[in-house]
Amino acid sequence: MEHIYPSARYLPFGDTALVVEFGNIIDLTVNRKVIALNEAILEANIIGVEETVPTYRSLLIRYNPEKIAYEHLVEQIKEIEKRLRDTPPPKKTRKFTIPVVYGSIYGPDLKDVAEYHGLTENQVVEIHSRKEYRVYMIGFVAGFPYLGEVPEEIATPRLPTPRLKVPAGSVGIAERQTGIYPCEAPGGWRIIGRTPIKLFDADWRPPALLKPGDIVRFMPISEEEFKRIEELVKSGAYKLEFREE
Amino acid sequence: MNLFHVLRAGFFTTVQDLGRCGYLKYGVPISGAMDTFSMVAANLLVANNPNDACLEITLIGPELQALRDTQIAVTGGKLSIKIDGKEAPMWQTLTIHEGETITLGKVERGCRSYLAVRGGINTPLILGSRSTYTRGKLGGIEGRQLKPGDIICGFNVPFLEACFKLPENMVPQFSNDFTVHVVLGPQSDMFTDKGIETFLSSQYKVTIESDRMGYRLDGPSIEHKDKAEIVSDALLPGAVQVPRDGKPIVIMKDAQTTGGYPKIAAVITPDLDMLGQAKPNDTVRFFEITLEEAHERLLEYRRKLSSLTQKLVRIS
Repeated sequence: MEHIYPSARYLPFGDTALVVEFGNIIDLTVNRKVIALNEAILEANIIGVEETVPTYRSLLIRYNPEKIAYEHLVEQIKEIEKRLRDTPPPKKTRKFTIPVVYGSIYGPDLKDVAEYHGLTENQVVEIHSRKEYRVYMIGFVAGFPYLGEVPEEIATPRLPTPRLKVPAGSVGIAERQTGIYPCEAPGGWRIIGRTPIKLFDADWRPPALLKPGDIVRFMPISEEEFKRIEELVKSGAYKLEFREE
Repeated sequence: MNLFHVLRAGFFTTVQDLGRCGYLKYGVPISGAMDTFSMVAANLLVANNPNDACLEITLIGPELQALRDTQIAVTGGKLSIKIDGKEAPMWQTLTIHEGETITLGKVERGCRSYLAVRGGINTPLILGSRSTYTRGKLGGIEGRQLKPGDIICGFNVPFLEACFKLPENMVPQFSNDFTVHVVLGPQSDMFTDKGIETFLSSQYKVTIESDRMGYRLDGPSIEHKDKAEIVSDALLPGAVQVPRDGKPIVIMKDAQTTGGYPKIAAVITPDLDMLGQAKPNDTVRFFEITLEEAHERLLEYRRKLSSLTQKLVRIS
């Protein structure tokens, strides 16, 4: 059954990684634990830890067994995890507003999503854009944010057959997740709109706009506005602001 | 500095180094050579750094015209090398003169060969690496495979005075049957005992749907206990995912960074290099070892790589 584990599971992943699982469910509490542990590990600067990958419900830790023994690594991380349980740190979150043109050629599945739920296209847009979403993880392709959770009223299964090409900027729904394609990629999410905003650039440090724990809200814009922002993004004159709260 | 003019590109030739480390959390795969040992050996044979960028050749080799005098080494999957029509050996330093044509044939043993050039290939460093990740259009030459007409650039470095070769007994032999060692987990508890038994005792065939992203295998279905989906989490090269149909998929260097199928096991690093030489219709068997043994093997493998320079034999 889907649930939050009573205590985290420590699992080896091949010869160079450790996974700490907090549950097998998409859940805010679980994801918060993942992100808190990730930040605490990075702060602790453990010798031999090479990189970490926070996801919905687990944290992957890549380590160098020449520098740290697996058992020793587990011990240290359990220690950090225990400390976190005692004092949940107050956290600032970054809040982004991402402009999206919904429907027509930009969101070819908006009509189907509306029909699937017996709603009008405008209602779907209204429901999708009124909520604040949390970035649960970055994955799939460079810079792709997995956002949740979509209100049940518009949660829609994936396409039966994925598209070979989904354009960059496409905003999609898959069950109770929503996400943005940073680059053209194959994909089965229901595409309801498109943003002119760039989410990934190998020249940025860090290269991805969003990170797990960020909050995203979608703002419906007109096609004219989309084109205007698109031009600004192309010329490098557009800067997406975020608030820290 | 222009080094080569690409006359024929081969089946799928890309620029690769040891990969892009530290960006998985941004959704950027590691990429890099599928067979690290062969790539590092090629670099060392022309006195490069182990991480210098090389060409990774898949199944059919390219044809290159040298635009200046240089030195190269070709390693990995067995193929023929002709320099202006004259046969040349693999696994040793070769001197190339301006205007000469290097013709690499079909890969007869293994799947991937590596061509290193003295000083390394010069393409822009993208997130700390020159490796080509074609799906994300990152690295290498415009983020894609080579095409005819491309110019391959290098660095201006002094010519090597001596030539080297790898001793015969160190040249890896690739067969069509691969046995790779795995550490079970992280989700091996999602499979029945029978499922684990099937996985560890069956022979799987590499299907045509196999590339730098992953190897889809065909063979006896591995039984899940209940669900065949997990809440998506991080993937690493070597992970063996088993979707609903029970056919394992081995994640390779260019795979997406997260996935939603349970991972029954992970192939150990040294054996993943070997698996990079498997091609469609080859067979794979999985052999379970403990994490402790996996670490012993990994350290031994790294020692072998770091002592490789001392093992090279001077031939001129």
